[in-house]
Amino acid sequence: MNAPVLSRRLFLASSTAVGGGLLLSFDIGSEAQAAGRATLSAYLKVSPDGKATIASKIPEVGQGMRTALPMIIAEELDVAWEDVVVEQALADTKVYGRQVAGGSMATTLEWDGMRRVGAAGRWMLIQAAAGRLNVPSSELSTQPGRVVHASGRELSYGELAQAAAAIAPPDPKTLTLKDPKAFRIIGKSHVQTDNEAIVTGKPLFGIDVRLPGMVYATFLKAPTYAAKVAAADLAAAKAVKGVREAFVVEGGAALDGLLPGVAVVADSWWAARRGRNALEVTWADHPTSAQSTASLAAKAAEFAKGPPQRTARADGDVPAALKGAAKIVEAAYDYPFIAHAPLEPQNCTAHVKDGKVEIWAPTQNPEPGRALVAKTLNVPPENVTIHLIRCGGGFGRRLVNDYMVEAAFIASKVDAPVQLIWTREDDIQHDFYRPGGWHNFTAGLDAKGDLVAWRDHFVSFGEGETFVRSGGMNSSQFPAGAVANYQHDVSVMPLGIPTGPLRAPGNNAFGFVIQSFTDEVALAAKTDPVEFRRKLLGQPRLIGPPDQNDSFHTGRMRGVLDLVAEKSGWGRKLPKGSGLGVACHFSHLGYVAVVMEVSVAEGKVKVEKAWVAADVGRQIINPTGADHQVQGSILDAIGSTLHQKITFENGAAVESNFGDFPLLRMSEAPPIEVHYLLSDNRPTGLGEPVLPPAPAALCNAIFAATGKRIRSLPVGDQLA
Amino acid sequence: MAYTLTVNGSAHTVDTEPSTPLLWVLRDLLDLVGTKYGCGVAQCGACTVHLDGVPVRACVTPVSRVGTKAVTTIEGIAANPVGAKVQEAWKSLDVPQCGYCQAGQIMSATALLVATPKPTDAQIDAAMDGNLCRCATYPRIRKAIKSASGQAEA
Ligand code: FES
Ligand code: FES
Repeated sequence: MNAPVLSRRLFLASSTAVGGGLLLSFDIGSEAQAAGRATLSAYLKVSPDGKATIASKIPEVGQGMRTALPMIIAEELDVAWEDVVVEQALADTKVYGRQVAGGSMATTLEWDGMRRVGAAGRWMLIQAAAGRLNVPSSELSTQPGRVVHASGRELSYGELAQAAAAIAPPDPKTLTLKDPKAFRIIGKSHVQTDNEAIVTGKPLFGIDVRLPGMVYATFLKAPTYAAKVAAADLAAAKAVKGVREAFVVEGGAALDGLLPGVAVVADSWWAARRGRNALEVTWADHPTSAQSTASLAAKAAEFAKGPPQRTARADGDVPAALKGAAKIVEAAYDYPFIAHAPLEPQNCTAHVKDGKVEIWAPTQNPEPGRALVAKTLNVPPENVTIHLIRCGGGFGRRLVNDYMVEAAFIASKVDAPVQLIWTREDDIQHDFYRPGGWHNFTAGLDAKGDLVAWRDHFVSFGEGETFVRSGGMNSSQFPAGAVANYQHDVSVMPLGIPTGPLRAPGNNAFGFVIQSFTDEVALAAKTDPVEFRRKLLGQPRLIGPPDQNDSFHTGRMRGVLDLVAEKSGWGRKLPKGSGLGVACHFSHLGYVAVVMEVSVAEGKVKVEKAWVAADVGRQIINPTGADHQVQGSILDAIGSTLHQKITFENGAAVESNFGDFPLLRMSEAPPIEVHYLLSDNRPTGLGEPVLPPAPAALCNAIFAATGKRIRSLPVGDQLA
Repeated sequence: MAYTLTVNGSAHTVDTEPSTPLLWVLRDLLDLVGTKYGCGVAQCGACTVHLDGVPVRACVTPVSRVGTKAVTTIEGIAANPVGAKVQEAWKSLDVPQCGYCQAGQIMSATALLVATPKPTDAQIDAAMDGNLCRCATYPRIRKAIKSASGQAEA
């Protein structure tokens, strides 16, 4: 049951590196993407001193890809990790040409390609050695950093690098890859390459950028999204010592563009902040000024009572199956809007001079930012240079470049480089939120306790058949395809609040509702929750077409479910007030099952321990990085499930900082046991699929401990 | 107002308002950018520095209150043998994810270990609960503190 090889193409080009040696440039993507590209997006350089430099312009947001991808290349190239230099390519357009969007170099897409890049370099070095030693290349092999002949003669990569530069790269498809059993680097933990700089406080992040003559800015926007400035008294702000300028920004109506507001520019950020505090601004009325969490919930409740706007999927005959069912289970679930809150507030540094725009941005997705800046400032896109800076957390927030266009626009009015830094309050109140949603479930069980019908009426935001960004739901969510009668209904209402992807978009909510409701159905069927899921998964098989990303293999899920049940001691007796909860969910090509143990005392939940079993294919590339992603995802989910919500009043967010939008703290973080189930499938990513099952595992454990079913997030004080 | 501060062992004179938080004096006036801004209201710990060895939140510490107390930032913590040990543990146990919170974490952990060389889990929780990590590296932080204190992780 091998997944098909991806239809992405690898492009290779060789040349002599500056300073000598082999420069192997490469790119992965469609032909159309690479066509006309003067330079490829990443490179491998083998220098005369034997060092292998690997550079990519993919933004690092803490996902550890800047360590994992070079590991894959180094493995196949066959060099010692100590001889690998990972270069922080700051997306210098002069060197790299146009930048590709962040996220495209994820494990899933690049595993095979990166191996072939390394193997191509090794092949070229072997060809160079064959020439030098005048032997057939078939008699040559490699040891880390050198080519070895059967006779014992050998040449180091450094000695061969220059000659290899003259050799045309091979067709990647023809290369022989290493036997995984011979891996020296892949599968062993390698610490992040930037650790030294991080622990010594070196400038690394967007807010650390320093340019000669740089000034600092703050930008005040209306609490109601896109409301215009009706009147602004700037005098008091301008009177603050250190403030250079304060001006109104007209802005537009698009929520992901430049919004109206008032900019304050000063010699230091603190002066800009004080200037902003002194502003007197009146905001114009806006059509969404009356929007509130309560008004949205009231509308959703109306929808729940009536027929859906449309049915997105209907297998079998749900109404008939429900009529004939021995037992019917109904429950309504909802979850709130939540913010990303990366610890580094949004910021960007920009310099506009002679029609050219230079930008230093912590962004996950520079290309749309470039387009937005070019359009807003009315300059050609090629006049916009973007330097990619390490992000102090992303979680999807920095896929949108609103702060980039703000910095560029403010800089276009100032004769100096400008560093815009948002306050934390700006960040929490002007996010592209994970949208809230409502799911109205009905399930039918037959006399044997088997699931015969499943219906989800999903109420979300959008217009017609279009959802707001990250407000959509696919109709292939399990148990789709595993139950004869399945219906996915949808109703949407308009929304005037910015939304966007948050770690495991969509699935971070669907995992909660589906796996919680599955627990309710299992209880109604008087079946153990793990046993009920096993029955539902049934025989190992693929649901959906073989080459589709949302096709679901029941056997792989069964594997992780069994493993987590075994490791957590599922079924063991716990004292009163404690409980175990289970959940499993498929997303981003990963199969993950989670068990949590909680205790509840005086209305407070304590997660005692979490167990995770994950199947992301046959190879964990960098175990230390993988564990980081798994543990981080579980803790992320515990934090949001217990504490987080954004509420809206008068069209604006109420919460504003970590006091009312709490992140998980040290004392709340349980030990987490991580198990990987290595299956014979291609390696896929781990940054997202672990999160979705966690909220339901937690809430199902709360039910086991207390008998209280959590159907609305966050848990908050519902147990008090 | 002019203030003379001792930062990481050397004296610096800055001219600023008395209410300017030490955080922005360090970042914007002294170009010591290792100390981070996360919330501005003593909720996240990203801005943690030491005043005479005591961890404080620089975002809510007005420059006028620093006086003659020695300021230590992440850039200077290696001069403290405990600080150097903590940094080593952080690197070798691969604590950071995005890394943004870690300067503050290291400053809090160093202060903890100076005062309590062999902290219990509860003492670690108490000392570190004010330092948020959005990437949730808490299990590694705990492990690194234990390792730096010479205690094996249970
Ligand atoms: S920035 Fe000082 S505690 Fe958050
Ligand atoms: S490592 Fe990212 S906030 Fe802590």
